[in-house]
Amino acid sequence: MTHATRPLIAALVAFLLLIPALPARANDALRAVVAQNMDQIEKPSRRTVGPLIDQIAATGAEGVALLGAWADRRLGLSTDGRVLIVDGDNVTDAVTGAPVPGADPKMLRPNSGVRGVIESALVASQISDPDPAIRSAALDSIARSGTADHLAALTATAADPDPTLQARRDRLRTLLTIQHDDDSATRIAAIESLGGDVGLDFRAVLNPLLSMRQIAATAPPEGANIARELSPGDDALSRDAAYDLLKAQGIAQPRLTADAQRDALAAHIADGTVGGIPVADLSDPAARDSAYKALEAAGQVTPAATEAEAQAAIDAHRFYEVYAEPDSAVTDAATAAQRSAQTRLLAMRGVDLGLDALSLASIYFLAAIGLAITFGVMGVINMAHGEFIMMGAYTGYVVQGLISDRTLSLIVALPAAFAVTFIAGVALYRLVIRHLAKRPLETLLATFGVSIALQQLAKNIFGTQARPLTAPGWLEGAITVNDVISISTIRVAIFVLAVLFLGLFLFIMKRTRLGLEVRAVTQNPGMAASMGINPDRIAMMTFGLGSGIAGIAGVAIGLFAQVTSELGQQYIVQSFMTVVVGGVGNIWGTLAGAGLIGVLSKVIESFNPSNTLAAQTFMILFIVIFIQFRPRGIIPQRGRAAEA
Amino acid sequence: MTRKPLILRNPSILIVLAVLAGFTLTVTLLSQAYGSGVIPTSMVKVLGKTLCLALAAVAMDLVWGYLGILSLGQMAFFALGGYMIGQWLMYARTEAIVAASMAQNPIPPTPAELQTGVANQIFGVVGSSDLPLVWSFAHSLPIQLALVVLVPGVLALVFGWLAFRSRVNGVYLSILTQAMTLALALWLFQNDSGFRGNNGLSGLQNIPGLEGVGQARLSVWFLWASALALGLAYLLAAWVISGKFGSVVRAIRDDETRVRFLGYPVEGFKLAVFTLAAMMTAIAGALYYPQAGIINPAELAPIASIYLAVWVAIGGRGRLYGAIIGAVVVSLLSSWFTGGRAPAIELPFYSVNWVDWWQVLLGVAFVLVTLFAPRGIAGIVDWLGGVMPPRRHGRDLGPDQGALQEQEAKA
Repeated sequence: MTHATRPLIAALVAFLLLIPALPARANDALRAVVAQNMDQIEKPSRRTVGPLIDQIAATGAEGVALLGAWADRRLGLSTDGRVLIVDGDNVTDAVTGAPVPGADPKMLRPNSGVRGVIESALVASQISDPDPAIRSAALDSIARSGTADHLAALTATAADPDPTLQARRDRLRTLLTIQHDDDSATRIAAIESLGGDVGLDFRAVLNPLLSMRQIAATAPPEGANIARELSPGDDALSRDAAYDLLKAQGIAQPRLTADAQRDALAAHIADGTVGGIPVADLSDPAARDSAYKALEAAGQVTPAATEAEAQAAIDAHRFYEVYAEPDSAVTDAATAAQRSAQTRLLAMRGVDLGLDALSLASIYFLAAIGLAITFGVMGVINMAHGEFIMMGAYTGYVVQGLISDRTLSLIVALPAAFAVTFIAGVALYRLVIRHLAKRPLETLLATFGVSIALQQLAKNIFGTQARPLTAPGWLEGAITVNDVISISTIRVAIFVLAVLFLGLFLFIMKRTRLGLEVRAVTQNPGMAASMGINPDRIAMMTFGLGSGIAGIAGVAIGLFAQVTSELGQQYIVQSFMTVVVGGVGNIWGTLAGAGLIGVLSKVIESFNPSNTLAAQTFMILFIVIFIQFRPRGIIPQRGRAAEA
Repeated sequence: MTRKPLILRNPSILIVLAVLAGFTLTVTLLSQAYGSGVIPTSMVKVLGKTLCLALAAVAMDLVWGYLGILSLGQMAFFALGGYMIGQWLMYARTEAIVAASMAQNPIPPTPAELQTGVANQIFGVVGSSDLPLVWSFAHSLPIQLALVVLVPGVLALVFGWLAFRSRVNGVYLSILTQAMTLALALWLFQNDSGFRGNNGLSGLQNIPGLEGVGQARLSVWFLWASALALGLAYLLAAWVISGKFGSVVRAIRDDETRVRFLGYPVEGFKLAVFTLAAMMTAIAGALYYPQAGIINPAELAPIASIYLAVWVAIGGRGRLYGAIIGAVVVSLLSSWFTGGRAPAIELPFYSVNWVDWWQVLLGVAFVLVTLFAPRGIAGIVDWLGGVMPPRRHGRDLGPDQGALQEQEAKA
């Protein structure tokens, strides 16, 4: 930067700072209207203020600002007859926009009728504003708190040139018609026109229409919109609730609670006895009752309603559920609309649940596929499989530290995670598993030793706190179909990844030499060896392949879960379940297992969404029972290997 | 031919019992309550708990080393035993406290009021004030003591029957037992399951009715009880695996199908041993948790059960004393290393802090033991006694082609 430009910039900055202090352009039309109608502004009347408001609104932005302040009761009159807008401590002249320091205006308090007229005029001016952003903001504000005046304004204004905004406006008008229109036929037509709609806004409009309260009366209430009559003692109204209702309406005496009885007795202890019964005996409820009766007889306590009196009071009354909305035709239409909305909602929830289950199933599939193939080929369970998942996730984290571009780092991380875990898997196979051939239980335990060592190692290297593995921008957010159905983009990506791996896996197994040899070793290792296949090498390759896929699963899981040293632990048991349920016959078994477990966990969870622990418990119980019927999984291993 | 008594056939029983008695006597004489006070009360508790873990390990050895089922769910039975005794401990103690505070009221409380007070006190933390159904017998010590063995016993019986009946074995069975433990843990974690969710049961070290005794003496009493339980369980386990029953059990481990073809009801044998081991583990848990003072569902984490298997494997499975050695050595070493008392190794570029590295060492040691010393520490005893597998120069051990090779059987 040269010295010459510096004063120029200083001047620019000073100019920019000054701008807010400059007085706004005075509005002559507004000045004239205000001057002519001063008495109307000071004491407006709902019936006559309309034309004035239209005149003010027509003067432009300043006029609209004045109206907004007027409706918000922020408009005041100064002693010298100027109209001022008060905004907290800032006071400005409504006509010129100039600040008026030290003013003490007399605030105007228009009544609610006048404010309604002003507001609808404001809305009318905003929704016919040339700027689409302002029109859209006006619709938003009406959607938040719509009134009958808004409805009138919406109906009166000319059509919007933008079709999307016009559609929104039509919907708003229908919703407001349901809430505020005077004619019940129009309202019913409006409700029916939205029949089956599942939008949150429509449901929010229906709910207050159908809100009910319970009343007790001796005869059916006149003019009330009765939803139904209740009989005390059934599910909707227990006898206690019925009696509470009578109490709340002041019809019945309160019953004597145990606490009240105890306090009353305690207040009347005389010489160690109450009503002639020794205090020490009062640990018996029957003794307390007789002591209280004695006190009643002596007139020392107020008689409480007995069981028989309570029953008589309940019998003497009838109980009704009454709609807050007086028009029964409207509530009938609303009930029908709500019912059809709920039916469609249920179907959509089912679809949403299906999407969730699908995404969960693809995660389990990715996590379990490596486990399944090693189990299929060698009959060993690799307890360190979860740690390979963790290793993949940490590889992703490290790669992200090296490459700042998130998309590129993800593209690098996937093969890097595969490579790292492939090497780890091969090392584990050569160092440990090979030496424990035909001893599956000991392999299980030895790999568990590896698992705890790896887990602690990860803790020592990366610390115990969770490490972020951030998804690239295009994977953030969610794909939203409507208010109910939505799925996050990452989960879609994981589903795609799972499908890709299914395809890749099928290709390797069915179309390559390695796949052929793997299948041969799985079916009969001895025969495969006689045919010139080296089972040891095949086992090593499958182990590496399975571990590599675990690494990729780790990157995928790390994108939506926190990367900690316990990451693998959270998925390992579900992976085991997937393998056990699916069977180790082929990859379709794993797919079926993952699908079953994914769907099942989501379905059980949907019964009681607040309690995911119970869902998991029931799922595991289900699996234990499932094993009773298919001990070798959905698609069992066939051939000689299955007999061993 | 008359058979020699059990003790004479298994001299190891006498040795184990003698060592156990000597150990108990030594700790008692060095304790604060009954002796010189060299061993602090907290250490006495650690030793008492270790004996309970050894008892659980003996049961594990019975199931794994002799029956061949790698059960990864033994800690479920252990914790269930603890929960059952914990219910009484907590209820009785809370009842005493609530009764004392209600005695201040002018009117003596009714039984219903007393129970509501107790329920409020116990379940306030999980936002409930009703006594759950599972606490129906919590007021009665004899019933809860019976439940200590009955609940885990019935669970083992039902689970074992379902699993063995459908011929689930090997790795599948291990995973299934792990799943059972996880399911139980998740269920206990819920606040509305009636076991106070993840708060668990606490204050178990205070024994109702023995408030005046003091923790110093109480800890020694629990040490005695644990030692007695371990001794009796060892005798029972040794008796079970000796004789014909034991031979069948070991045969099932080695070749289940062949035993079935010989006409033995394999499922019955498995079920009997599995259930017995579950009950033994439950007793160990019931003795452990009053010494630990608190029990919560984290105790049922699948990893805890695997540690039990690790102890047995390192000690030497298929030898009952091996299980005890493994549990005692590894759990004491573990608490020494993780307690921060082990000196750090200063390398020029890095300081090996054992709190961080003990798990790694344990994992690696475990892999090495599995690979190179499958008999574990007890293998040393065999080696000293000159017990070696017969040399068959690589031939099959049995008459047919499916029989194990010598190299395989060595494992």
